Amino acid sequence: MREYVMGNGAIALGALAAGVNLVSGYPGTPSSEIIETIAKYPHEGVHLEWSVNEKAAMEVASSAAYSGARTLVTMKQVGLNVASDPLMSLAYVGVKGGMVIVSADDPGPISSQTEQDTRRFADFCRIPVFDPASPEEAYEMIQDAFTYSEKYKTPVLFRPTTRVCHAYASIEIPEQMQAKQFDGFVKDSKKWVIFPRLSFANHAMIEKRNVGIGEDFSTYRYNTQEGDLTAAKAVVASGVSYAYAKEYQKKNPSLRLIRIGTTYPFPESFMLQALEGVDEVLCLEELSPYIEEQILKLAGKHHLAVKVSGKLDETVAASGENSANSVEAVICRFLGINQEAEGMDLSDQPALPVRPPVLCAGCPHRASFYAVKQAMKGQKSYFCGDIGCYTLGNAMPLDMVDTCLCMGAGITMAQGFHWVDPDAACFAFVGDSTFFASGMTGIVNAVYNEANMILCVLDNSTTAMTGHQPHPGTGRNMMGNIVEKVDIRKVLEGIGVKKIVTVDPLDLKASIQAVQDCAAADGVKAIIFKSPCVAITKPTKKLRVNANCINCKKCIREIGCPALIAVNGQTTIDENLCTGCGLCSQICPVDAIGGEDYE
Amino acid sequence: MNKDIMICGVGGQGTVLASKVLAAAAMKCGETVHSAETIGMAQRGGSVISHVRIGEAYAPLIPFGSADMILAFEPAEAVRNLIYLKKDGIVIVNSVPTKPTTETLQDTGYDGTQMIEYLQKKCRCLVIDAEEMCRPFGSSRYFNIIILGVAAATNTLGIEKDVLLEEIKRRVPEKYVDINVEAFLAGYRKGSEL
Repeated sequence: MREYVMGNGAIALGALAAGVNLVSGYPGTPSSEIIETIAKYPHEGVHLEWSVNEKAAMEVASSAAYSGARTLVTMKQVGLNVASDPLMSLAYVGVKGGMVIVSADDPGPISSQTEQDTRRFADFCRIPVFDPASPEEAYEMIQDAFTYSEKYKTPVLFRPTTRVCHAYASIEIPEQMQAKQFDGFVKDSKKWVIFPRLSFANHAMIEKRNVGIGEDFSTYRYNTQEGDLTAAKAVVASGVSYAYAKEYQKKNPSLRLIRIGTTYPFPESFMLQALEGVDEVLCLEELSPYIEEQILKLAGKHHLAVKVSGKLDETVAASGENSANSVEAVICRFLGINQEAEGMDLSDQPALPVRPPVLCAGCPHRASFYAVKQAMKGQKSYFCGDIGCYTLGNAMPLDMVDTCLCMGAGITMAQGFHWVDPDAACFAFVGDSTFFASGMTGIVNAVYNEANMILCVLDNSTTAMTGHQPHPGTGRNMMGNIVEKVDIRKVLEGIGVKKIVTVDPLDLKASIQAVQDCAAADGVKAIIFKSPCVAITKPTKKLRVNANCINCKKCIREIGCPALIAVNGQTTIDENLCTGCGLCSQICPVDAIGGEDYE
Repeated sequence: MNKDIMICGVGGQGTVLASKVLAAAAMKCGETVHSAETIGMAQRGGSVISHVRIGEAYAPLIPFGSADMILAFEPAEAVRNLIYLKKDGIVIVNSVPTKPTTETLQDTGYDGTQMIEYLQKKCRCLVIDAEEMCRPFGSSRYFNIIILGVAAATNTLGIEKDVLLEEIKRRVPEKYVDINVEAFLAGYRKGSEL
């Protein structure tokens, strides 16, 4: 049957078609929809979970793979950093059942902290990597990835990029997809217990094996060449850049185009043969110049008289993503062809309003940030942010995020600020999902090392930024079961946090009081700001600006809620956006914002 | 048939449903379709774009200068994405602006009129007033269906209006089917007049 799915859906269905037995992962754009797709399709006999973080996901899958099960682990590229501890060792130990780790890269970056390249990680770990160019290919390629993983008894990486993950296409899937039968774990401590001696022996084996995989990949179906194979100039592309080159090839079918679907172990024999008669080669790839470096290495090793261009000689931009247009422009320059004009001349375009993303109208995070801001007015404070919707607390007029580094870092960074500036109040803002993913150890660190800090848990009962996935605090899991909620307050109590206040952030007065009380106390304090995400709850009230309004615009200036707008100079509430949170009515100096309850 | 249709607006305006209906309707007509949506942080009030590519396509996003039609839910977003339009392409644009919060904080007087004037100068452009069009339906959230009706009336899509209507009926909750059908037909009538 034919299904029209997102690239992430194609990856999920490919894994189901390959008979996957266990799927684990942690949400992160652009990878989150893989696990969500599996949940939507029949998956009898498949264990499916949002793990607490990527390291946990990798480890859960590892032992299942030792047992012969086929496993899929999903994450975004920065998640691979979290999971790198088990992965580096796992690469030495190897697996029995096919294990595919999807690490979705994000050139741009569009929704990420870094422009790191999973292909480099594959090289670093010495494990194979697959690099699909489209959703259709991703569906096929992930099935190949399972086959190669089992053939060589190694975990393999699969790295789509945002444009592949989020593109939709039609794929043909079988009516019935069955989870694979597997033998189960066979105890063998010489094999499954990592010791220096095993690592030494396996390291040598892996290096030798990888030469063989490179040879195997030289005939792999997604390492291809096309166009005029006698041309002296060739273009090499991988991932979505290959799709962009194909788009250009529609205009110029003779373009000599080589594509690499498996960048590590590099298919040397294939590339040597593909470069026959080539004087100049242009490398089109995103993130790092990986293929470019491999070709330079190959040219050195085999004394090839070929000029290699790409990112290293600045022919292609070092950072950011490619596009059909940027690729066409670079190819035309490379071939010495005049490029056709793209689109109309817009040099006379009027100035456009900028539209940075903002916290949604009625978002409880806005109220939490505002309460802390009001409570700490005039006092020296540091506000450490974290990863999630609430990073948007940095926007004006809130301006309440001084730092953001990586998942959970705000909690430990608040402690660092305390040690270098003991008189300041050091705040850490963390969401509920991030708290479970990597916040808890940081709080143990604070308690143990006697730091002074105020933890603000922004508990909206979901993983909002990535699309509302459940987490340990929500009481639901991906097997569709209602489970015991892991209680954040009890976790904090267990760790030894002495002062913990739970408050509704939409009650401004109580929230300010809670912050002031905590700031005045010594040691590690915690405020749990508890109010559900507005995207998963119904609006409670309809608010309106009444005749009392003196149009001072204090509400707009103070909180910057998108529902507060000025229409012909008059402060107004956009009823389509307002959720009735009531924060603005608590700020209004003349009691001009009121409303009625929905029935 | 090769058609590139772009849908653009501001996060929360319902552009995604419009693109899903278009893609599904084109597939009903036997076409190969590729599409792409803005996902992630930009959805929080930022600029959003859907790309619908009907026929042979490799790049997931529409290249500059090749969109046959832009359905713009907001005037400045139409101008922002005009680079994607073909020289003889058509823009259907809502004249009612969505002011960014930054704009509300620091009033530069953005009201969309300058954008509409610019669009009319640069390309074939159908201007519709979402407020006026949505009034009979009691909510601005029907605009995504209305604009599809307008688009169907231009004959640029290459998709019959009944095919679009079927897809709309299939995708909205049962109790909202009638009102959505009316919204589509209101758009279709408007498009036929323009």
